[in-house]
Amino acid sequence: MYGKGLRPLSIATVAMLTLSLSLVFFYAPLDGDQGFIQKIFYLHVPLAITALIGFVVGAVFAVLHLRSGDSRWDAYSYVSIHMSVIFGVAVLITGGIWAKASWGHWWVWDEPTLVSFLIVFLLYATYYPFRYAIEDRDRQARYASVFAITAGAFVPLNFMAVRLAESLVHPRVFATANGGLPGSMRLTFLCSLAAMALLWVTLVKFELTAKSASGQVKRLRRALDAPAPGATSRIAPEVS
Amino acid sequence: MFELLAATPALPLDEAGKYVAGTYIVFVVLLVVYVGIMAMKLQRIERELRELAGFAEQRKRDEDREEVGADV
Repeated sequence: MYGKGLRPLSIATVAMLTLSLSLVFFYAPLDGDQGFIQKIFYLHVPLAITALIGFVVGAVFAVLHLRSGDSRWDAYSYVSIHMSVIFGVAVLITGGIWAKASWGHWWVWDEPTLVSFLIVFLLYATYYPFRYAIEDRDRQARYASVFAITAGAFVPLNFMAVRLAESLVHPRVFATANGGLPGSMRLTFLCSLAAMALLWVTLVKFELTAKSASGQVKRLRRALDAPAPGATSRIAPEVS
Repeated sequence: MFELLAATPALPLDEAGKYVAGTYIVFVVLLVVYVGIMAMKLQRIERELRELAGFAEQRKRDEDREEVGADV
């Protein structure tokens, strides 16, 4: 029952998104340095943090899959990574727009934060062809879990490496030295982060529910001995 | 609601506003595309379920007809 609790979760997500957008545009003060452009920060950074945490969550589910052999965890891992890749696309596009507005360039190659995120994104982009290349479902799930764990371990390492690089360009918003975010901006940011996290959880649950429904239809088809409808996806794990 | 909107400062839709609007629009578009893809998947599941329901009903009718034939 993947759909259980989906409705209250969706309502909470919409409420939180509305609250965070209201705070962004009507409560948070304009940034003294960047002005109105800084409003992009409240969308771009929570998206990035959620995507990166989602990759790590995918790795945790992959560990559970390898430990238990339960294909349900593989489905959780797959959907977590899938959703984080979609969030990653949004991060790269919104980041590009912010970079153009602030620095005058869509992309800056000597900025460690940008390049490291791109590396993580491209790494996870290979997850799909990697999964697709394996025919046998059990092997596919096992290998995909190993990939998810290896790549998931790379995410915090990458984050720490970027922090150590100490760039002068990309702002560190939660820095304790030289002033972090002021109170109203911090509150707005945390609300936006909560909204994005809720959105991620809701969409993961939504996707799992859809996959489960599709799996139930296949089960029913097998039970009824009905003819197959045609080609089905070989990448996504079957959820029963 | 209108009072609240009137009390808030107008959004500066100048050069910066263009980029901010673009960013939020991209986010909404991605969300809408995702929901659209999920809607298509849901339609496919519904179509398959309808097909299976028809298949099961047809099989039930055939079985009933065979039973009636055996009785006669």
